[in-house]
Amino acid sequence: MTEIVKSSNVSMKFKAVDALSNVSLDVAPGEQVALLGHNGAGKTTLFRLILGFIKPTAGAISIAGFAPGSDGARRTVSYLPEQVAFPKMLTGREVVRFYAKLKGAALDDVQSVLDKVELVEAADRRVDTYSKGMRQRLGLAQALVGKPDLLLLDEPTSGLDPLSRQHFYDLIAEVARQGGAVLLSSHGLSELEAKTDRVAILRKGELVANAPLADLQREADLPIRIRVRAASNAADKVHAEIGGGRINGVSVELFCAQGDKMRVLSQISGLGAQVEDVDVAAPTLDEVYRYFSKIGADEVPRRVL
Amino acid sequence: MHGVLTIAATEIRIGLRNRWIILSSLILLAFALILVLLGSAPGGEVKTDAVTVVVASLSTLSVYLVPLIALLLSFDAIAGEIDRGTLQLVLASPVSRGAVLVGKFLGHVAVLGIAVSFGYGVAGLVAFFANGGGDVSALVGVGRLIASSMILGATFIAIGYIASASVRQTGTAAALAIAIWLFAVVLYDLALLGGLLASQDGIFARNVFPWLLVFNPADAFRLYNMSAIDVEAVGSNLAGGVGSSLPLSGLATMLSPIVWTMIALGLSTFILKKVRP
Repeated sequence: MTEIVKSSNVSMKFKAVDALSNVSLDVAPGEQVALLGHNGAGKTTLFRLILGFIKPTAGAISIAGFAPGSDGARRTVSYLPEQVAFPKMLTGREVVRFYAKLKGAALDDVQSVLDKVELVEAADRRVDTYSKGMRQRLGLAQALVGKPDLLLLDEPTSGLDPLSRQHFYDLIAEVARQGGAVLLSSHGLSELEAKTDRVAILRKGELVANAPLADLQREADLPIRIRVRAASNAADKVHAEIGGGRINGVSVELFCAQGDKMRVLSQISGLGAQVEDVDVAAPTLDEVYRYFSKIGADEVPRRVL
Repeated sequence: MHGVLTIAATEIRIGLRNRWIILSSLILLAFALILVLLGSAPGGEVKTDAVTVVVASLSTLSVYLVPLIALLLSFDAIAGEIDRGTLQLVLASPVSRGAVLVGKFLGHVAVLGIAVSFGYGVAGLVAFFANGGGDVSALVGVGRLIASSMILGATFIAIGYIASASVRQTGTAAALAIAIWLFAVVLYDLALLGGLLASQDGIFARNVFPWLLVFNPADAFRLYNMSAIDVEAVGSNLAGGVGSSLPLSGLATMLSPIVWTMIALGLSTFILKKVRP
């Protein structure tokens, strides 16, 4: 399968700063890839390289076989910048129609994308009356117009409420279903809501992970938290049996590895009536993300799956 | 081509919405009407068409005002839009950077054209009817003034793009634009005047001065308009004095702003292609 985005060993140096080092990341048609990292991890730099705004100091990028920034590449990519801004004097509909014309898209598309991002009612109001969430949705509308082969979205869900975020992921899933590639960046895993096929994590310009979310969770192998609430007056006994730490007088909290979970649980159930309730919490996406974003090149061997 | 026209149409729409067009039209109209009202007094005594007198005064006004309006329109076009984040999306679209610039150029020239046509058109008509009609051919002079003012404006719009594409901040671009205006329409002429006074032998006046005069698009514009109207009747001596030694005469003087426009557009496109938004 031919990749839409193909970046091999890309490095980018700004004066003394290594913004990206040796990043290899591919995105195939129909695939949704999330690029995660802290502020300054290199996400926007990678996007600007893909757009051809800047040239890498080493390595190579190709967009559907074209050089970034070339006519062919610009026809392939649809971009939504992190800080999306439009001429304030134009209405939402005029903005979308403007980009539809620039992209050579059918003008019927304008109404349908406005409908998709739920901006039809506000479409004939000026952009300067829009809220941040509405501007973000308008930005998505202009990116969706013309059925692009590659959607490049820089922190598209910041400023969206949880409901719109949900709707947003539905929209990009539809793009992927129709064969478009999606590369989006985000601050953390929890914002993704496990919606993308693959997660790539950048840390100080280095790619420290690049795998489906389930693989990352398995690889991080973070402990599971088990909280046991003891029956009245049984807390000391429960604590003595299963160990862990005492919290708030009646509960015991302990952590165990994934593989150990069933053994510990059966031990707890063996305590019978002494236990009132058990709460098992798998590591959250944020914890998984924190694990990978803390990996240093020297602490753990490089993981590029 | 489609992209060029789309960008041009959007620039005109923005110009209408943000009242740029209305504001610059009114400024031009206000100055023009002042000149019409002041100019009609001497016009009545000399046997010259009042409209022609007004056209002569307006062309002098144009030399100062039109480049200023043009630079104010264009200095923000690249640096400012990158600053605000509105240009990135356009540059990421399938339209080439050259087409983006040409689109903006056509839009801005149209915006300026509407303002100049309205301001000078109304002033010309007022002068025409205030003097009880008269020779309709004098109105052709107004049309010539409007057309040449648009060419002059186009030149400074294109020069403004060079300033806007070369710097990162809008503020710097604005300062650069004002500096360009000051140099081209004020300091340049003063320097030429100084040169004329300093070289007593007349070599400068005969061999260098005419070329330098035509070299500056603003002076070339003034030369064209002064030579096009009946110079003797209006009493201006500018074109009459140096007319014989000018390297270009009549309509050909307008080659100077046109060539400048081409060069400036080419140069600003070249710089824009290197910009990293």
